[in-house]
Amino acid sequence: MKVKLRNPDRVVDVSGPSTVLDLLEDLEIVPEAVLVIRDSTLLTRDEGLSEEDEIEVRPVLSGGAW
Amino acid sequence: MKCKVCRGHAVVDIRRHNAAFCREHFIDHVRGQVARTIKEFPMFEPEDRLFVAVSGGKDSLALWDILLDLGYDTTGFYLDLGIGGYSDRSKAAAIAFADRRGAKLILRSLATEHGYTVPELARLTGRVPCAGCGLNKRYEFNRAAIEEGFEVLVTGHNLDDEVATLLGNVLHWNTDMLGRQTPVLEERIFESGGSAHVALVKKVKPLVRLAERETAAYAVLKGIDYVVDECPMVDGNTHHRYKEAATLLEENSPGTKQQFYFGFLQRAQSTFSSSGDGGAEVVPCAQCGAPTVRWDGAAEPVCSFCKTKALAHRKRASARRPARRES
Repeated sequence: MKVKLRNPDRVVDVSGPSTVLDLLEDLEIVPEAVLVIRDSTLLTRDEGLSEEDEIEVRPVLSGGAW
Repeated sequence: MKCKVCRGHAVVDIRRHNAAFCREHFIDHVRGQVARTIKEFPMFEPEDRLFVAVSGGKDSLALWDILLDLGYDTTGFYLDLGIGGYSDRSKAAAIAFADRRGAKLILRSLATEHGYTVPELARLTGRVPCAGCGLNKRYEFNRAAIEEGFEVLVTGHNLDDEVATLLGNVLHWNTDMLGRQTPVLEERIFESGGSAHVALVKKVKPLVRLAERETAAYAVLKGIDYVVDECPMVDGNTHHRYKEAATLLEENSPGTKQQFYFGFLQRAQSTFSSSGDGGAEVVPCAQCGAPTVRWDGAAEPVCSFCKTKALAHRKRASARRPARRES
């Protein structure tokens, strides 16, 4: 599957993971720190994935000062 | 996963609540959390005019969207920090949102108001960009709110922001800051010559019950086109590192962030509040009139903002002055 990552933007090919949680573990990403998006819809960590999917992993922690 | 409310297909899980929600019921949940926070602390009344600080990011745009949906009278305020393409995209997102919702947005820029951008300020003063940025935002949000005639300034600080700030304050035992870390900071009024004026508007944070992941999910599900890029100047920011550390703890033990922050508010914050400003007297800045503290009996105390601004302009002037030739 194609996985879009952010900051910086890039796309990586990943094969194997069958759920969102598996994908994030493969990419060594903390699930609480991201949203996983497919076809403009959010996916929970137990959601199944297929090799044809196009997925975005979007970070949610913003930095900086207030 | 199934929605806790309707048993339909869930799109967001919130592990600290042991719950998942479909789109519709997640949006209801978020709105409910904000409405509860506004009432609980209490932050403002339905008839109040709200000045909402918007950055073009997910938190402030989600907050503005929720307040509009709840029927509040809001005006957005965007401060252009001059951080190149990042600020251009942020401003465009704020303007597009205001247009889409038919909401009023006031725009100002740091360069026009004070003569520098955030990158220039960092270069001129030799200080980290986030420090100068935060100082200028706090100052300008307050100044603009007063000048535009608003009584309540609303910001998009979320649970992760408050947890990171609390963690930093505890790690460094900033007791003065712990005494002031609340979701509501009441207005401060100065009296002089028989008249009174607002020096600090009331500041409130209605998103403190929502984690950053939830405000981001809300923005995506509501189709809010926010700026996803990270600020290019944030590299190495300590506040961001505290957020990452707290998120690791949350992943392994859901509810940690909420227990840390709300436990502090319920059981510890009041023990620090008496320390106030470390015993120093709060007086108007001799240059701009904003509140500052008088240390060691200084005759004419000047606030941090005015000192920083003066330093930046002094450094710029000396850089332009031709070097004196020795004869």
